[in-house]
Formats: sequence, C-alpha cells, structure tokens
Amino acid sequence: MESSPLRTHAAWRVLDGFGGSVRSLSRSVSPATVDEMAAVFAAARAEGLKVSFRGAGRSYGDASLNTGGLAVDGRAMRRILSFDREHGVIEAEGGASIAEVWRHTLPQGWWPAVVPGTMFPTLAGSVSMNIHGKNCFKVGPLGDHVLELDLLTAAGERLTLSRERDAELFRSVIAGLGLLGAVTRVKMQLKHVDSGRMRVRPLVAKSLAHMFDTFVERIPDSDYLVGWVDCFATGPVLGRGLVHQAHQLSIAEDPKGAETLALAKQDLPGSIMGVPKSLLWMFMKPFANDTGTRWVNSVKYALPEQVGKDGTYLDSHAGFAFLLDYVPNWRLMYGDAGFIQVQLFVPDANAREAFAEALRLCQRRGVISYLGVFKRHRPDDYLLSHGLDGWSLALDFKVPHEPKRLWDTAADLTRLVLEAGGTYYPAKDQVVDADSFGRAFGDRLVRFRDLKRRLDPDGLFANDQARRLGIV
Amino acid sequence: MSLAFRHAIVVGASSGIGAEIARQLAADGCAVALLGRRAEELERIRAEIAGRGRGSAIAAVHDVTRYDTVPALLDRLIKELGGLDLLVYAAGIMHKPAESEYDFARDRAEIEVNLLGAIAWTTPVAAMFEARRTGTILGLSSIAGERGRRTFPAYSTSKAGLTTWLEALRNRVARHGVNVVTVKPGFVDTAMTASLEQKPMVIPVQKAASLILAAARRGGSPSAFIPWTWWLVAMMLRHMPSRIFRRLDI
Repeated sequence: MESSPLRTHAAWRVLDGFGGSVRSLSRSVSPATVDEMAAVFAAARAEGLKVSFRGAGRSYGDASLNTGGLAVDGRAMRRILSFDREHGVIEAEGGASIAEVWRHTLPQGWWPAVVPGTMFPTLAGSVSMNIHGKNCFKVGPLGDHVLELDLLTAAGERLTLSRERDAELFRSVIAGLGLLGAVTRVKMQLKHVDSGRMRVRPLVAKSLAHMFDTFVERIPDSDYLVGWVDCFATGPVLGRGLVHQAHQLSIAEDPKGAETLALAKQDLPGSIMGVPKSLLWMFMKPFANDTGTRWVNSVKYALPEQVGKDGTYLDSHAGFAFLLDYVPNWRLMYGDAGFIQVQLFVPDANAREAFAEALRLCQRRGVISYLGVFKRHRPDDYLLSHGLDGWSLALDFKVPHEPKRLWDTAADLTRLVLEAGGTYYPAKDQVVDADSFGRAFGDRLVRFRDLKRRLDPDGLFANDQARRLGIV
Repeated sequence: MSLAFRHAIVVGASSGIGAEIARQLAADGCAVALLGRRAEELERIRAEIAGRGRGSAIAAVHDVTRYDTVPALLDRLIKELGGLDLLVYAAGIMHKPAESEYDFARDRAEIEVNLLGAIAWTTPVAAMFEARRTGTILGLSSIAGERGRRTFPAYSTSKAGLTTWLEALRNRVARHGVNVVTVKPGFVDTAMTASLEQKPMVIPVQKAASLILAAARRGGSPSAFIPWTWWLVAMMLRHMPSRIFRRLDI
C-alpha cells in the first residue's frame, strides 16, 4: 500500500446513495486488516486525500460519498469474531452485515435487538448512523445494544470504547457518521427468541389521527409497530393507512417455535404472485407515477390481508423485519433519476399537527410521496443521534427529470421539522441544509466538532454529506 | 442529435489526425488541451490556434506511457480548461517490421502507446463521465485492427485491443448517458503513413478529422469506419479465410 500512491494506483469508483439520485467519483480501497486500514489513513493524509467510509451503500443520500477523495470500503473486514450463545453476545468486524449476524445467531435462538428495514447494512455503518427498527419505541436505537466497539483513529490509534471506557467518545462514535474514525469491531447484545416466528396483526388506520391513536393504544402490548401511510389520501382520510403490530412468540405460545429458528424458515419468498423476485421491479416500474401509485395504494388499503379467525397471521422474523429486501433492486423502479427519502422526526407534542401539515403541503405542491412509513421513537443520549421522544414519518419521493419542485418541497419539509422542534437523520438525508442541521443539533454539534478537532485535527475524515451539513 | 464540444483533451495532438482534430475543434469554438511528446510541435499548433482567434488551446508535454502521471495531469487540465466534455485518444505509433524480423521491444512500445495509454486515459475519464452522466470519449482505432496482419503484427494487435476496449467501455457506460465513439480510419495522408508504398483509398487528414468529429457529434456511441466505404473492405477482410488472407501483402 505504501509503495503505491493512492492518487495514481487506487481504483476509481463511482458511488451512489441507495436512492440512486446522487453519485460522485472517488478513489476506493478495501483494506483487509486494521493494520492495512491504518496504512491507508497514513497514505491518504500524506497525499492530502479526505477519507470517507463506505459499507453496504445503504444510506439513502450522500453519507458515504466523497467527491474527489478516498472512499474506504469496509466490506473486506467482515469476520464474525466470537459468539457467546449462552448470553447472546456477538463480536464482529465492522464490515459484517446485519444479515451475516442474524444468520449466524438465529439458529441458536438469538436475533439482533435492532434491525432496520433491510438486512444488508454493515455493523460499522449501522453503528455510525445509530439505526433504529420497528421496535424503537421499546428498545431504542442500535447504540443501546452495543456493549463495546473498537475505533481506529486518524492517527492510527486503536481505542476500545464502551459505556465504562471513555463513555463520552463511545456516545459520539455511535451516530458519529464515521467522522471520528473507523469502527473496526462491534460487540453487541442480541435478544433471545424462542421462536423464529412472530404473530402479526394488521390494523386499518382510517386517518392520520387514527394512526397515532392506534399506536398509542397498541404500544404497551407490542414488540414491533410500523405504519404505512397512503400519502394520496385527502380530507377526512388524510394520512390513512395500515398498521402492523408484531408480537414475539414465547415457547408457550409456539411450542414448535425452535424448529422455525432454522435459516431455511427465514428465507424471503423467491417469487411474488408468480413473478421471480429479481424481475419484479420491472413490473412495478409502470406504477411508479402518481396515477399508478394512487391506484396501488387504494388497492393496498382496501384489500384485506389473509388473516386467521383472530385477525392475525404468522410471519418469520426476517419476513417481518426486512420489507425492503422483498424485491431486489426495487429502487430501480424509480427510473434513472432515482428517489430520495425525507424522514421527519418530530417531538410527541407537535407530531400530529406537523405530519398532517407535511402531507397537505406535499399535496398542495403536487409532490406526493409514493411510500409513507410511520414509527414511534424514544430519546437516547448519543451526541448526533436522531432519537427523540416523538414520531417519524418517512416519505419516499421519485426524483423527476425536472426536480426543482421536489427540492423546494423538501426544503419546506426541512423547515417544517425545524419549526416543530424536530430533528434529522443522516442515514436517510440528502436535502437538509447546514443552517437547519446546525439549528436542530445546536450545542451537540458544537461539542461534536470540538471532539472531532481533538481526535482528527487534520480533518482527515469527511464525506459529501458532512460537508453539506456543515459538520466538517 | 448533434453534440457541441466545449472543453476537450486531445491526447496525441502534436501531429497527424490528432493535431487536425484539435484544429477543427478549436475552429468550432472549443477550448482544447493539446497533449503530445514533442513540445515544439505542440507549441506550433497551439500558436496557430491562438492566432486564429477562435477557440483556444493549451499545450502539455506528455508521454502516454507514463501512466502514473495521468490522474494529476487530467485534474490540472480540467481546471485549466474549465471542464471536460470530450476526450480524444489519438496517440499512436506504427512500426512495420522487416520480413523475418521479430522485435519485442518495438512491439511492446506499440501496445503501450496505442492500447495501454488509451486505457490509462479513458479509465479516469469514463469514471468521471459516468458520475456526471454525460461526456464523450473518442478513440482512434484502425481498419488495421480487423485482422491479425503479417505486415503489422503489433499495430494490428494494439488496434484490435483498442477496438475491443472501447466497445467494452461503451457497453459499461452507455447506460449512464456517456458516449463512447470508436473510429476506424483507413489510409489517411499523414506522417505515419508517409513511408507506405500502397495507400488505397487514401484521404487527406482534414477530411478524416471532419468525418471523425461528425461521427462523435452524432452521439449514440457509434463505431464508424472513416470513410464508411472501409466498412465494405472490413467485411471482406473479416470473412476471408486465413489461408488466403496470409498470402496477401497487407
């Protein structure tokens, strides 16, 4: 590595965000060990290249992009290092994915305490974004389940961090956007499951208020809760949708549960309605427009799901958790210009009003989200975390060829969140401006910058998003 | 579709078809970076373009086999030009070995200049154009690459390789809106062909350059013979059995 300068020898790589609506050119290397990674940092510093981290590329926007810099691909460092099957503690390198973790642990009755809607993100990426799942209201974000992590700093120092060892830095690296160093090892607590299945109850929410009420009513006896919002619905049914409540089964409820822990029982279906999954996005593409999605949403809302007499059905953990993985390459249905997601995080007191206004605002502007997802959150203590005692509404928007109206709408939504006392989530973000981000995070951002200056005085770690948000 | 090129780099611009392409691009108002090994020749063409008052040119001495220098030079030129929408790879050398002469050093030099240099230049430019979803890469291959010729073994090999490389590149980046154009001139009246005894269907360099640029401006990533009549010759050559082809003195 030392003998081959990065600027002349490292591969060029065009990287995009998961939304496919932003891309940039950088150099890319894929170190296989911590020593190699340290050598890469030293070489990059010597050559004046900024370093960003790229895992599975599942951040929607520009979080892993680094125009003109060096994107360090962490996927070569993905070993599972140890698994304590008695206590459900796993240790893995930062490049290991959520999928690699649960496939390793589920047969022994352990499932990650927090998983996002897709199983592909790396642990390092998930920790750096402090991802959350459909059970955030109950168990908090991923950071709450990390016991220990290793950080490789800009100076090549290897630090082991936990709540007991340098707690401040630990709480800053989690949700630290990869700006303090490389997360090379993660040790985390998994949760015990008796069964590979969950009991899922679909519920109809006739309006946004009903959606909130359903959540409030169901939260006490739910392990997971997620809402789907039909963003085309207007007037009295504004914000209507479906809520899915899932309940983890105990051995008493599912005596044969142990059998369903096998990986074969967790496989997502290979085809949907007879169409091979890999081709399905092509069939979805004709519907990725206002008329098509309005129709699909109406059908989805009205069509009863197949449930038993008690109004529930059984689903695997993977089947319930990884909705985004059902259709490979589904993002391609949005076409060449891709899509963006704007996820609004708003405190409990203001959320009902803010979300209703957000949906109306989109409808007024004629920029309507094709997918709205609704969740409850709880606060946490990580420096740049998006956690709050409130709610989130994630809105996916197709990027049209003339996108100005979309960017204007996104700017309005950014402002709306700020005025409602809300916050932003970099894993999804591609539209927030530095001023809004600075105001939302206030003193926390100042403290983060101070810490970064101490740990990375030359500003080695940066990425396109951090530059846009004014973090670096 | 007709593309207008505003910022171009011409690699191999000190003479021949490359120099003429640079002149014609500048005449259309394009800012051109002239690259070649010979400083004096480059300066002469640069001054000529500057004197005409239309378009503009900058010159940089560059040996295409110094692959490591490409990324930094590319960065610098893009800054000086103010952008890049066309890369022309026109650098090429040709050696006709004597009967029963086998010379690795010269063969290697032809592969390095004609093929590896092209790969070194088109790689970062294709990556950049893919990221931007626009841009044109124009490579000068040759009718010589259609068959393995006994008279020009390394040259025909290098051009066959270049044709295939450009096709591969085209197939990689076409979906991202990037235009990769392969042109295969027949005989063109330049210094390179001056020593050849037979030059059937030879055309002046000005004509060759204007046909080449017309192909590039059309967009749609074509692979074009220059002039098109060489397509007929290529068809015949491609289908000619080796036993006959090897008897020809071409």
